[in-house]
Amino acid sequence: MIKLIADTLLTQVRTLWLVFIKLFKKKDTVEYPDKQPYMFPRWRGRIILSRDPDGEERCVACNLCAVACPVDCIALQKGEMEDGRWYPEFFRINFSRCIMCGFCEEACPTNAIQLTPDFEMAEYKRQDMVWEKEDLLINGTGKYHDYNFYRVAGKQIKGKDKGEALNESAPIDVRSLMP
Amino acid sequence: MTILFYIAGAIAVIASIAVILQTNIVHALLYMVVSLLSVAVVFYVLGAPFAAMLEAIVYAGAIMVLFLFVIMMLNLGQHTRDEEKSWLTPGGWILPSILSAVLLLQLVNVISELNFDILPEQVGVMQVSALLFGPYVIAVELASILLLAGLVAAYHLAKSK
Amino acid sequence: MDLSIGSPLTIGLILGVVIITAALLITVERRLLGFWQERLGPNRVGWFGSLQVVADMIKIFTKEDWIPPFADKFSFVVAPGIIMTVVLLSFAVIPFSPNLGVIDSNIGVLFVLAMASLGAYSVMLGGLSSDNKYALLGSLRAAAQMISYEVFMGISLLGVIALTGSFNLREIVESQSDGWYIVPQFIGFVIFLIAGVAESHRLPFDIPEAEQEICAGYHTEYSGMKFGMFFVAEYIGLVLISSLITVLFFGGWLGPDFLPSVAWFAIKAFGFIAFFILMRAAVPRPRYDQLMTYGWLFLLPLSLLNLLVTGAIILST
Repeated sequence: MIKLIADTLLTQVRTLWLVFIKLFKKKDTVEYPDKQPYMFPRWRGRIILSRDPDGEERCVACNLCAVACPVDCIALQKGEMEDGRWYPEFFRINFSRCIMCGFCEEACPTNAIQLTPDFEMAEYKRQDMVWEKEDLLINGTGKYHDYNFYRVAGKQIKGKDKGEALNESAPIDVRSLMP
Repeated sequence: MTILFYIAGAIAVIASIAVILQTNIVHALLYMVVSLLSVAVVFYVLGAPFAAMLEAIVYAGAIMVLFLFVIMMLNLGQHTRDEEKSWLTPGGWILPSILSAVLLLQLVNVISELNFDILPEQVGVMQVSALLFGPYVIAVELASILLLAGLVAAYHLAKSK
Repeated sequence: MDLSIGSPLTIGLILGVVIITAALLITVERRLLGFWQERLGPNRVGWFGSLQVVADMIKIFTKEDWIPPFADKFSFVVAPGIIMTVVLLSFAVIPFSPNLGVIDSNIGVLFVLAMASLGAYSVMLGGLSSDNKYALLGSLRAAAQMISYEVFMGISLLGVIALTGSFNLREIVESQSDGWYIVPQFIGFVIFLIAGVAESHRLPFDIPEAEQEICAGYHTEYSGMKFGMFFVAEYIGLVLISSLITVLFFGGWLGPDFLPSVAWFAIKAFGFIAFFILMRAAVPRPRYDQLMTYGWLFLLPLSLLNLLVTGAIILST
């Protein structure tokens, strides 16, 4: 009984002491507007549309991001150029719905849509939270610097047949019996 | 000090009447607390500070709180207020109040014939304790045995089977 | 400048200082809690957050003061006034220095206990009149807790009173000139500390207003200035308990001569205020039945035993 009481009392005193000495420890708080916290490159923040190293839009309007989006905040319309390449006629992200889950980035086959470490996105008007393609598109490659979809993918377009792309072998003739 | 005595006495009387007339039981209880506190002031003015403080601690502070505690656990609503109102019909209260008024007149008559000083000297804590544990020690011990019996009985009743 | 005991100027001064201290404690507590939780606490308004209390006050004063339509209006309005009055009245008997105080009463300790027991009404009425389940649960808990812990609070003081032979707080301080009562009455001090925390329902005994369990307990329905009164009264209660501990066990204004006696009182009292805040930061809240069992089965026998031993020693010497 006495041991129990002593133990209980001593643990309480120890608790109080351990909390008390935190007065002299370094604080964990980052004083945000004065000091910018270090943001990790893979932080899932504001969404951008990137360009390939040639300066062309990477997005091929495949709609996979819009399908993957769990809150349906992405809307886009496919357009087609003369050479048969697809591009988005408009690309709209409603950031008041976006939950920064990054599923669109994972779904994107061309690394066009990417999430950036920018998180300061507050607006006074709700309509300002809807970003159009000209707002989203940046003049850079984002996280993947030398990736160009059309050079590596087996997509046939004008001026480049199947199998003519970079790192690509000719398509297999499925009717042939040879290995 | 005399004026304090009369003010406190008047508050005690008015609050006690309000306890009877009030149909909302919580308000009635508050009036009772006010009445007890004014009685405590009366005690203080009469030179018994110890009794005054005990009045405030024991009656107003402990017993009335327990009353309120019980009232909280009962589900009292509008229907109890209506019931209380129906009990306060003139047929119910006229006769008792006439009888008490007669008694009050007699009491006032008796008291007014007595000739005593309204401000006697202060009875301190020491004197009260000396009396309690001197001449009246048997009464104190008997009272404490009674309370102990009550405690044991409450423990027995509240013990889970 | 009439600064004797009980002059109007002294009374006004003490009232003002107590209320301002209590209001400042809101900021002090938030800062200290922050430090003890490895945060910074509010440091934006004013110099190191010193004006935070002004911001808080402006917020509380300008909020909508709303009375629920289902509430019992009379009790609802009266409740916050009771606790404010009661805690402020308790300061009447506290001796701040040899010649600073409101009254010099022979029943000082009893007066404080009476006021503490009347404080229970505020909590109970506030919860009962709100007509809200959480408020009712909170005030039920508060009532049981305050009635229970009043008992030990009173009994733990009796050792000090027996050693002094007076209920006068001024005499209690003066009789400590050759040794504070913390030494002979250590058990009484610990019990009084615990009971004091429970009486002012601060953490770890804030069961009546446990946020995680029952919203805000008895003041769930309160807003605006009425909530502010409950809030400030809690801090005034904190100051009161700290002052009482200082007076009863730590020699009140007594101390070496290089500081004025009021300063010694303030330093000791602030030490206990900081200790209460540290307890809030460090100690978890017990369960309701644990609180009751702990009180009635451990603290009550211990305080009675303490009184018995103290009485025996006084009689034998």
